Amino acid sequence: MTIAAKRTGPARTADPTGRSSPAGRRFQHLRYRLDLKASPYLYIAPFFALFAAFGLFPLAYTAWVSTHEWSLLSDEHVFVAFGNYQALLSDPYFWNALGNTMSILLLATVPQLLAALLLAHLLTLRLRGQTFWRMGMLLPNVASVVAVAVIFSQLFGRDFGLVNWVLESLGAGRIDWQSGSATSHIAIAVMVAWKWTGYNALIFLAAMQAVPRDVYEAAHLDGASRMQQLFHVTVPMIRPTIVFTVIVSTIYGLQIFAEPQLFGGGGPNGVTGGASRQFQTLTLYLYEHGFNRGFEFGYASAVAWTMFLVIVVVALLNYLFIRRIRSDS
Amino acid sequence: MTRPGLAVPPAPASGAAVPRRSDRTLPGRSDRRARSRMRALREQPGRLVYLTLVAVLFFSGFPLYYSFVVASRDNSALAQVPPPVLPGANLVENVERVFATVPFGTALWNSVVVSASVTASVVFFSTLAGFAFAKLEFKGAKVLLVTVVATMMVPVQLGVIPLFMLMIELEWTDTLWAVVAPGLVSAFGVFFMTQYLRGALPGSLIESARMDGASTFRIFWQIVMPAARPAAVVLGVLTFLTSWNDYFWPLIVLSSPERQTVQVALSTLSGGYVTDQSLVLTGTMLATLPLLAVFALLGKYMISGIMQGAVKG
Repeated sequence: MTIAAKRTGPARTADPTGRSSPAGRRFQHLRYRLDLKASPYLYIAPFFALFAAFGLFPLAYTAWVSTHEWSLLSDEHVFVAFGNYQALLSDPYFWNALGNTMSILLLATVPQLLAALLLAHLLTLRLRGQTFWRMGMLLPNVASVVAVAVIFSQLFGRDFGLVNWVLESLGAGRIDWQSGSATSHIAIAVMVAWKWTGYNALIFLAAMQAVPRDVYEAAHLDGASRMQQLFHVTVPMIRPTIVFTVIVSTIYGLQIFAEPQLFGGGGPNGVTGGASRQFQTLTLYLYEHGFNRGFEFGYASAVAWTMFLVIVVVALLNYLFIRRIRSDS
Repeated sequence: MTRPGLAVPPAPASGAAVPRRSDRTLPGRSDRRARSRMRALREQPGRLVYLTLVAVLFFSGFPLYYSFVVASRDNSALAQVPPPVLPGANLVENVERVFATVPFGTALWNSVVVSASVTASVVFFSTLAGFAFAKLEFKGAKVLLVTVVATMMVPVQLGVIPLFMLMIELEWTDTLWAVVAPGLVSAFGVFFMTQYLRGALPGSLIESARMDGASTFRIFWQIVMPAARPAAVVLGVLTFLTSWNDYFWPLIVLSSPERQTVQVALSTLSGGYVTDQSLVLTGTMLATLPLLAVFALLGKYMISGIMQGAVKG
C-alpha cells in the first residue's frame, strides 16, 4: 500500500489540471494503480484469446469429435467411444500412409540436416560476400510449397522431365518417379530438402557463431583438422540447436501435404497419393476422409488425434536419441 | 539487431561476450591480439569451398530459373530432346492464358489482402504482448511466457476439423475471414518480440516516462513501438511470407474460384485432367515473383530474423 502510494507521487504532479483535491487525488491514484495492474494482462489477452479460439480449442475439440460418428451431412452425432480408432487401426490404408510418411520423413530430414550442418560450417569461414551466399541459400525457402511441388513435379516428369533427361544422357534409364513407392518418396523428399536445407543451415550458423573462439583454438593446437573440429567441437557445442531443428523438422515432416498432393496431379490421384497410394501421407489420408469423401469428421478427427500422438512420440524419441549421442561421445 | 543471445534455443556458450564473425572486421570490437590469433586460426577458404558454394547456389536457383524457362515456352517445346534450357518467346501469351483460365488477378489480390492483414495484426499484437512480457511486472508472467513458447511447437494444423466446424458456425466458410482469423496472432511472434524488447528497451526510459505521468499505453505507443521497429520489419517479412505461402487451410475453407488465394488457384491450375505444364509454371512464376521481389529488398532482414529466433512458420 505504501509503495503504491509512493509510486503515485510523480504521476499526480503531472496532473495537467493541477487539481489536488482529495477526491481528485484518490481518483488519480486509483487510475494509476489500475493501469499498472491491469495493463499487462490486457496486452497479452489478445494473443491468448485468439490462440485459444483458433488454435488450442480446435485441437482439443478434435479429441471429442473423434469419439463420435460425426459427419457434416448428418445432424446426429452418435457416441462411439473408440470405434473410429478401431476402424482406423484396422485400415491397411492408414498403415500404408503412416509408413509412407515415415519413409519420406527420413529421406528428407537426415540428408537435409547433414547437408545443412556442412553448409553452415562453410559459412563460418572467412568468405567474401557473406550476405550473398546466405541469400543464395535462403532463396529456395521463399518459394511456396505449392510452387516447389509444381516445379519439381515437372522436373521429375516421366516423359519430359529434366531429371530423366539427365539420367538418360548419363546412360541410366528413364525412371517413372511417380509410379514407384521408393522413387516417389525420393522425389518428394527432394522437394522438402530443397526448400529447407538452406534455412536450417542459417540456424546452425547462428548457433555456431556463438561458440567461443578459444574452444577452436584449443582444438587447433591439438592438431584437429577442420572436419574433426566440426564433428568433435562444433556439433557437441550446438547440440541444443540440433535437437531443436530435428524436432521442428520432424513435426513439419510428419504433416507433409502439398508436396505429395500436387505430385499426384492435384486431382483424385493427388488425394490418394498416387494410383496405388504409393505416396499418400497421413495428412493426405486425413484430408481424404475429412474433406474429400463425405466429410467424415469423426473418423478424420481420430486420424488427426492419432497423428498428434505419433508426432509427440517421434519427437520424444528423437530427443532421447540425440541425448544418447551426447552421453556416448 | 546482431545479438547472438537471441538464438533459440539459447546457445550453450556465453554468446553475448563473443563477437560475431560479421563484427570482426569492425575495429574496436575485440583487441588486436585476439583478432590476429583468430585470423591465424581461420585462414582464407580455398577454391574448393567457393566451388561448393557455387554448386549449392546453382541447385538453389536452377529450379526457379527452369520454371521461368517453361513459362516462356510453348508446350510442344517441352517435348524436345534435349529439353530447352533457355527462355523462349511465349511468356506474354502464357500469362494471358493463366488469367483466362483462372481468376488469377483476384487470387493475387485475395492473397495480398490476407497476408497484409495477418502481418499487421501479428506485428501489432506480438509487440503489445512482447512489451508486457519483457518490461512489465505481473503475476504469472513466467508461466504464461513458458506457455507461449510451448505453443510454438503445437501442430495446430491438426485442429482443422473443429476449425472448419467453427467456421461453418460463424458462417465464415468461403470468405477471406476464415483464412485471416486463425492467423491473427502467432506464438513465435510474441516470443520473438519479447526477446527483442528485453534487450532493446532500457528500463530507465520506461521509468522516466512513468515519472512524467505517461500511462502504460502511451509508453507503448510512443516509446515501445518506435523502439521495436527493426524487429517488427523482420517479423513482418517472415509473417507475410508464411501467410502468402499457406496452402492446406485455404484449400479446405475456400471453395469458389473468386475467393481463392493464389496458392489454391495454383493448385486448381495444376489439377486439370490434361496438365498444361507451361500454363501451370507460368502461374507458379507469377505467384513467386512478388516474393522474390520482397526477398531481394528485405532478404537481409529475413536472414537476421531466422538466425535470431529460429522457428518454422
